[in-house]
Amino acid sequence: MNMQQYNISDNNFEQCIKCTVCTVYCPVVPVNPNYPGPKQAGPDGERLRLKRGEFFDEALKYCLNCKRCEVACPSNVRIGDIIQLARIKYSKSKPSLRDMILANTDIVGTMSSTFAPIVNTTVALKPVKKVMDSVLKIDQHRTFPKYAGQTFVSWFKKEAQAKQDLFPKHISFFHGCYINYNYPQLGKDLVKVLNAIGYGVHLLEKEKCCGVALISNGLINQAKKQAKININSIRKSINEEKRPVIAASSTCTFTIRDEYPHLLEIENDDVRNSIELATRFIYRLIESGKVKLKFRDAAPVKVAYHTPCHMEKLGWGYYSIELLRHIPNVELVVLDSQCCGIGGTYGFKKENYKTSQGIGASLFRQIETVDPQFVATDCETCKWQIEMSTPYKVKHPISILAEYIDVEKTINLNK
Amino acid sequence: MKNCNSENNEFDVIIIGGGITGAGTARDCALRGMKVLLVERFDFAAGATGRNHGLLHSGARYAVTDKESATECIKENMILRKIAKHCVEENDGLFISLPEDDINFQSKFVESCQAAGINAQIIDPAEARRIEPSVNSTLIGAVKVPDGSVDPFRLTLANIIDAKANGAKVLVYHEVVELIKEQGRIIGVTVVNHKTQENNKYYAPLTINAAGIWGHRIAEMAGAKIGMFPAKGSLLIFGHRVNNIVLNRCRKPADADILVPGDTICLIGTTSSHVGFDEVDNMRVTSEEVDLLLREGQKLAPALATTRILRAYAGVRPLVAADNDPSGRNISRGIVLLDHETRDGIPGFATITGGKLMTYRLMAEWATDLACKKLGIDKPCVTMTEALPGSREEEPMPKGKTYDLSNRIKRSTVGRHGDMASKIASDNEFDNSLVCECEDVSVGEVQYALKELDVHNMEDLRHRTRVGMGTCQGELCACRAAGLLSEAHNCAHQAKADLAKFLNERWKGMYPVAWGEALRESEYTQWVYSGICGMNKMEEK
Repeated sequence: MNMQQYNISDNNFEQCIKCTVCTVYCPVVPVNPNYPGPKQAGPDGERLRLKRGEFFDEALKYCLNCKRCEVACPSNVRIGDIIQLARIKYSKSKPSLRDMILANTDIVGTMSSTFAPIVNTTVALKPVKKVMDSVLKIDQHRTFPKYAGQTFVSWFKKEAQAKQDLFPKHISFFHGCYINYNYPQLGKDLVKVLNAIGYGVHLLEKEKCCGVALISNGLINQAKKQAKININSIRKSINEEKRPVIAASSTCTFTIRDEYPHLLEIENDDVRNSIELATRFIYRLIESGKVKLKFRDAAPVKVAYHTPCHMEKLGWGYYSIELLRHIPNVELVVLDSQCCGIGGTYGFKKENYKTSQGIGASLFRQIETVDPQFVATDCETCKWQIEMSTPYKVKHPISILAEYIDVEKTINLNK
Repeated sequence: MKNCNSENNEFDVIIIGGGITGAGTARDCALRGMKVLLVERFDFAAGATGRNHGLLHSGARYAVTDKESATECIKENMILRKIAKHCVEENDGLFISLPEDDINFQSKFVESCQAAGINAQIIDPAEARRIEPSVNSTLIGAVKVPDGSVDPFRLTLANIIDAKANGAKVLVYHEVVELIKEQGRIIGVTVVNHKTQENNKYYAPLTINAAGIWGHRIAEMAGAKIGMFPAKGSLLIFGHRVNNIVLNRCRKPADADILVPGDTICLIGTTSSHVGFDEVDNMRVTSEEVDLLLREGQKLAPALATTRILRAYAGVRPLVAADNDPSGRNISRGIVLLDHETRDGIPGFATITGGKLMTYRLMAEWATDLACKKLGIDKPCVTMTEALPGSREEEPMPKGKTYDLSNRIKRSTVGRHGDMASKIASDNEFDNSLVCECEDVSVGEVQYALKELDVHNMEDLRHRTRVGMGTCQGELCACRAAGLLSEAHNCAHQAKADLAKFLNERWKGMYPVAWGEALRESEYTQWVYSGICGMNKMEEK
């Protein structure tokens, strides 16, 4: 008998040997007893759902899709994907108005940026928060990230685009919603750093929100539509223009690389290796001796690095950490890798607020013990959560790099 | 020897065998007012009853070759859907023709089905692919029939519970060692209690042998000879459901041509080969059989090739030999009721055998009719309409908007116990915590089984609840169940020994298919129990 052929299974969940380490690493399980945990919700539940769909458990919505179960799994079971796919396939609850608002980051972003001062002031008002809490079920303890008056894209087109062709090497930048609508400064920082090491920065032909919030809120068809637009533009950039695609957000990067093929059935094999995170891209250039960075003299700062869950899943935390260690005046403390609890839009929902804060509690405590000047992380929603839950500011590694880099000397060094 | 004739050991009828036939007969006799004793040497459903496909035959399989069986099957099929709905899943079945099969057989098949009263409909291969996506996509023909699946453990238990409710006395782990004869007449049995090793005598004017293949030996004790034909059938259990509709090949019955979805798993089977009586207590599945089952199974559903196999097992059909058929395939699956008084001149003794799981109720009816005749009782059979316990309430599932975790457990529990699930405690966190995570068996359910369902050991518990039947095959649940067992029976030593036995039994089923993930998991299990729990040390002591 050819034993080999019987060893390969299409049913990824069958690789589970019930060791339960996934449930040990699940951040939700210890704080929310209503969540059955990844083993029960994932491979165990899948068998029951294959028997009959009615065994689907709405409690699966408590999964915040951090994928820490998958990182922990020694058997390579895609537990998080199994749970998300089950939600997509079996959940009967329709996305609410609130879910639509939270999920449609770019539509809401476009509108809000236009009226940024009004929106920012309004959503920060206590009475408005109360109304959002009771009507929309967006927890009143939450503060929405501020919208910028000018989007990153309009700044870029006006101020930066023209000179990008002059650089010897080129990349395309997947800026994502957060940089575009809420925090263009990070995008500007990225342009500054990449330009300094000789890379021209370009926008993709078309860019839509990566869709992570659409997926987690059950708006799958829309997520697929946007993913197709993105992957087509990414393909054009990589295959035709020979420009790798760089993003600053660990979640956008993870979504495009892994969630597209696993959850949305959008294949990306041909381009996946050329979609990467800014810190990894720069670090690898330094490691291979292709570029050098020069930093200016500055007072020592103590920085605590928080590893976002999707960064952990990508296995790329190392690159951001090591890059920050290149900055001479930075004293880096690496925090224990644990979920901050926000899970994108998850923590904004009233029903998840307690779980969300419960998950983050030990991270917040550790930050306070370390007492850094500021926290560094690659994920925008981790940033919101830490800023909402601790007195510390959070910066992106690229912004820290941009702050201490000596642009003139770096340009000369790389000529 | 104690136990002289007294109220406590005199019965109207003694039934030997706690398989489905014995359980059904005990129930029918009890319902007709007899004082019943049932004796079983191990546990309920420990023989062929618990070792088959769990197929709720429509009868279509026998339509062409054995019209009598086919007619019986479809009638009983329709009855079981009503009286035992918590044991039955109405999945439907497909008889598919593959390119290598003779498509002309199909019309003969459909004709024979219709003649037997089976609603067989030819459907388009494309429609077959739509309703059952796992089916071999190269199929050239398909016939839809009212097949289904039936859980033999649940069905047996429901019959036992009702028999007891109607006054029957049931003794498990009591083996018949002698039939008591007086002036050529069987007047009772001597049984040994396997727990205490004590012998007891029980008396009744009629003893019914419902011991399946082991009935051969019981008959010999009485001095009668039955030409039994032990036909071994091997099956493979897959880790999850590949199909939701029963898949059969539309051809004359052959090896490995039925794939049945049952509860969380699916089963491919069977093989058929003659075995000696010396082997019937120790069936082993050979690698040739595994190979054959996989090779043929893939033709029904190609996904089987890459689906994890949980275990392999074999049962022995109690066929009654009629001719010199070496495979046993062509022997009628018809019911055989032997009145040994008229057949062999041995009054007080009858044998009910042959037949199939599907026709157990009819077998019980025939046997009970004979008992009534012998005992001068004039009461009609009601088992074709009287629902079994578990299947009496219309809507046992509490209606809720969403299914939270405890509802998922409830759903599994109701699936197993029907309306009797209301007896299971679910009041607090402990009751609701899981013993078996693969099959959602709660502490409450295990405690209910321990208290009310004649559970003596882990194996019994598995038959009642599915503890240990999931993909982990006891890895996580066995020690928890052993803990509860030890508490209930107040004997840790016995529970530990039982745990070791249970795990070895699980391994026995995994051994023939030990590769890939199943092997990896069993290695992990072994590591947990030997390395962490120190069970290998325990054996050394």
